[in-house]
Amino acid sequence: MANRRVPLVLLACGSFNPITNQHMRLFELARDHMHSTGQYQVLALQSSNWVTVDEWESQQPDWTETVVTMRYHYGRILKEYEGRAGKHMTPTPVSFESSGPQLKLLCGADFLDTFKIPGLWQDEHVEEAVGRFGLVSVSRGGLQPEQTVHESDMLSRHQRNIFLVREWMRNETSATEVRRALRRGQSVKYLIPDSVIEYIHQHKLYTEDSERRNKGTALRPLTKQAQSQ
Amino acid sequence: MKCPSVTSVVLLACGSFNPITNMHLRMFELARDHLEDTGQYRVLIGIISPVGDGYKKKGLIEVSQRQEMARLATENSDWIAVGFWESMQPDWVETVEVIRHYYDTLFETQQESDETDTFEASSPQNRSDGPQVMLLCGADFLESFGVPDLWKEEDIEEIVGDYGLVCITRSGYNPYKFIHKSDVLWKHRRNIHLVHECVTNDISATHMRRALRRGQSSGNLLPDAVVSYIQQNNLYSAESEQKNGDVVLEPLQRNSGDTRAEGFTAAAARTEVLADVRVSSCPPSDCAVFDFDRIKYGVS
Repeated sequence: MANRRVPLVLLACGSFNPITNQHMRLFELARDHMHSTGQYQVLALQSSNWVTVDEWESQQPDWTETVVTMRYHYGRILKEYEGRAGKHMTPTPVSFESSGPQLKLLCGADFLDTFKIPGLWQDEHVEEAVGRFGLVSVSRGGLQPEQTVHESDMLSRHQRNIFLVREWMRNETSATEVRRALRRGQSVKYLIPDSVIEYIHQHKLYTEDSERRNKGTALRPLTKQAQSQ
Repeated sequence: MKCPSVTSVVLLACGSFNPITNMHLRMFELARDHLEDTGQYRVLIGIISPVGDGYKKKGLIEVSQRQEMARLATENSDWIAVGFWESMQPDWVETVEVIRHYYDTLFETQQESDETDTFEASSPQNRSDGPQVMLLCGADFLESFGVPDLWKEEDIEEIVGDYGLVCITRSGYNPYKFIHKSDVLWKHRRNIHLVHECVTNDISATHMRRALRRGQSSGNLLPDAVVSYIQQNNLYSAESEQKNGDVVLEPLQRNSGDTRAEGFTAAAARTEVLADVRVSSCPPSDCAVFDFDRIKYGVS
């Protein structure tokens, strides 16, 4: 009775161009929230640091749909969990009685809005990401995630699977702003980890040139959808 | 090689730092970038001066702990350090006194280095001027100038007239309007540098303490070393937040001389909305209480 919490893994997909303290903070806020529901136990992937980077998606030859990445990681988690539990788990849809691990997509509230962009997401992918897996969305200042969910039939149908976390301290640190500051030689200390700042300086990342990269080219998800039709 | 028209600046931030957050540290970085961008200033060092316990703000934990957190937070900075002078004074000290103290200390140090280094001594600017000490603060601090009995008029005039202010804008405040409405501030507006914070950042130490009390994560809004220190020492509980709960903020007591119960209530209500304001006044101590060693200073 005491330990009926569902083991949970949070997966954040994104450009991380560059990673910021705010990205790291999403994890912390989401973990607090999910723990406080009493129903989930966010898994530690390593003993000391519970957040880790995975390279599988970045190593794929072409852009990979988010849901494909989710399926991949879920498969891995199941295998590891089966190995530990010593029994075969079949992937089940969300159910609070299930003791199998779950994977949910962690994102900012602006991510929720992207479901509306024509041609960006395949409908069946959104169904799977939200319906089968689930979302944990952390709200940023100025956005209204409840409104977004309400205005979408599909999202409303899966409301139970969409966890909205309120960020009570508005923090608009964005990777875009960080890149802008770096281009202008301004300080980004305390916005991104020191080790990341050092890496950026060492490799001279983020210049006016780098910001122009891919200018004029269509985002891959949009062309991929068009091609497959 | 120094251009003679560049003024050396030391940024001094006074406050509760209860606890210090990344936002406080960010203010220093923003201020430095802003001043140096004008081409008229060179920022030498930043000083964090935590207010003493005599300030009697609600929820203010012991100064030794607040200092240690500030020290941990600035360990990895090559230009920001903690100043201990204010907290070592037996009584609460007005802000203007703290500024004067650091100005005098830095001026003396400058003079000593002038004497030992002939190159330095030969530069007229170094010999005659100490670095300019500017008070670094947020827009909430600026607006606290308007709170009755919190500040003495002559202190405000001295701070903005003789020294200078670097004020980081904050959402919900309009510092331009505030300056415009105040004759004293308007008169010395050229000494008030307003820095636009384009990345809205609402980290407040009050919110931070709330999260910590509730066992929530403060992840990435506080330096890691500070988080560890807080956890190890169990700082910030419902109890610590009640500290000084029935006492009036020291500046208000002193300036209003009001010890009646009604006065207390009104004053206490005012203190609730105050941001990290600091003030103190005590005769300067002789001992060197500034952590100079780590900081590069006086490089020409």
